[in-house]
Amino acid sequence: MNLLTDLIFDYTLRNIALGAAVLGIVSGVLGSFAVLRRQGLLGDTLAHAALPGICVAYLLTGSKSPLVLFLGAAISGWVATLVLLRIVRETRIKEDSALGVVLSVFFGVGIMLLTFILKHNDANQAGLDKFLFGQAATVTAEDVNTMTILGVFALLVVAVLYKEFKIITFDPNFAASLGFNDRWLGVVLTSLIVVAVVIGLRTVGVVLMSAMLVGPAVAARQWTNRLEAMVLLAGFFGALSGVAGALISVSEANLPTGPMVILSLTVIVIISLLFAPQRGILWDIKRFSKA
Amino acid sequence: MAHGSRLKAFPPKKNMTTSSSFPLAVHDLTVVYRDKPAIQDVDVNIPAGKLTAIIGPNGAGKSTFLKAVLDLLPRVAGTVEVFGKPYRQQRQLVGYVPQRASVDWDFPTTALDVVTMGTYGKLGWVKRPGKAEHDLARQCLEQVGMADFASRQISQLSGGQQQRVFLARALAQDAEVYFMDEPFVGVDALTERAIITLLQDLRQRGKTVVCVHHDLDSAPEYFDWVMLLNVRLIAAGPFDSTFTADNLRKTYGGAMKAAIDHFAHFEQSKG
Repeated sequence: MNLLTDLIFDYTLRNIALGAAVLGIVSGVLGSFAVLRRQGLLGDTLAHAALPGICVAYLLTGSKSPLVLFLGAAISGWVATLVLLRIVRETRIKEDSALGVVLSVFFGVGIMLLTFILKHNDANQAGLDKFLFGQAATVTAEDVNTMTILGVFALLVVAVLYKEFKIITFDPNFAASLGFNDRWLGVVLTSLIVVAVVIGLRTVGVVLMSAMLVGPAVAARQWTNRLEAMVLLAGFFGALSGVAGALISVSEANLPTGPMVILSLTVIVIISLLFAPQRGILWDIKRFSKA
Repeated sequence: MAHGSRLKAFPPKKNMTTSSSFPLAVHDLTVVYRDKPAIQDVDVNIPAGKLTAIIGPNGAGKSTFLKAVLDLLPRVAGTVEVFGKPYRQQRQLVGYVPQRASVDWDFPTTALDVVTMGTYGKLGWVKRPGKAEHDLARQCLEQVGMADFASRQISQLSGGQQQRVFLARALAQDAEVYFMDEPFVGVDALTERAIITLLQDLRQRGKTVVCVHHDLDSAPEYFDWVMLLNVRLIAAGPFDSTFTADNLRKTYGGAMKAAIDHFAHFEQSKG
């Protein structure tokens, strides 16, 4: 009861919960498409690739305003995407290896820049390292505003292009034969995943962000055979685990938020894998024992 | 090309378009895969109102040919015209059945929903399918004998049923020419009959069908025109005069005997 009144009246807690909920909804919705397109790892690469962007943005401007840092993260996520597409198209390296290469190179550069900034010890840099594993306690009202605007924008694009995203996800060749350009729509979808990653920077951080894209989608798939329901349910699971993780992390002596969110999410995923009707493991066991 | 100006005068009338030029005219088509030609200098005109089979050994470029025609693969040379115009301007006249194995059938959706995707082309960007589209999709499912499976999750369908869902989706495109990639692969006898009945029905309605086909035994019974392909076009023409031992030898090389006697085994061993 105390927590509930705090949620409504406490400024910090409300920010934290709102931010985590927005992140959960957006990453659940976009993660559904990423998972069905077998691009779960793309989110991992894009999230890790955001780190050098944050550092460069800070080094260039000396500012820690969310807009500046988010923009830096988005640009380096984008650059990573372009590098990735080029590698896949112009070399014989397969996509999974290319994802690994891009992830480690960008993240390596990011850690190098971050260490450089931290060593230089100007007072202003405090908190930049929180982007690694997230720290919901540092979320400000300004952050939440930026996150919400970005999130609503991403969800609107999905709502408008829902039919197109669905068909390129199920059957890209057929979609292209109808004139729905898979390459162009794929870039739009990837850009929206970058937006989701940017939204998650403060709360979950770059290292564990991909779980926020994959987890809710995997759990939601267990409960339904309809894409519409899967997308909505994934958004709900994402929000639930986001809020739960964020609240646990601030109530217990400022634990990093990312791991707490992921642990909450893991509980939902495990329950879904075990108990979901038709697709759950227990369901399988029951079916086999009958047969 | 002489028909170009006439076509412009009556663009919406399908019958005009159909009667005035070939459903598919391909000139000097070359497609390259990793520096090696997959299709080389193919020149062919597919006649209207016929069932045409594309036949050739594995790796002959049969699917590649269809994909290049549909602009799904880049062409290094050549032109493709559908009823006298580039494919991009004629999408509404074309139906496509990709290989069944090219998609993940565990996708969370129903048979009816997949068939409804056939209407997306005519709907265009952003607009959602409504009652008219769903009714059309239902009719198309009925035409392939799948009306009772409309709300079934697609992973719960048999291979043959999935293939019929793909055919129904192409029917929902309401096209003039249909390109089908191995529609008979891995289907049960019931589905095979259903497909061939459907193809004959399409022909009766004046539609054109072009199928990549792998079974030499059934080909003479099912098709009235044939295109023999092995990277280059070996021969194309009416089935009886084109599907000759001589042409088959040129298409399949030394493996021809095996090709006819044990075609399935041959395909695997070349695999």
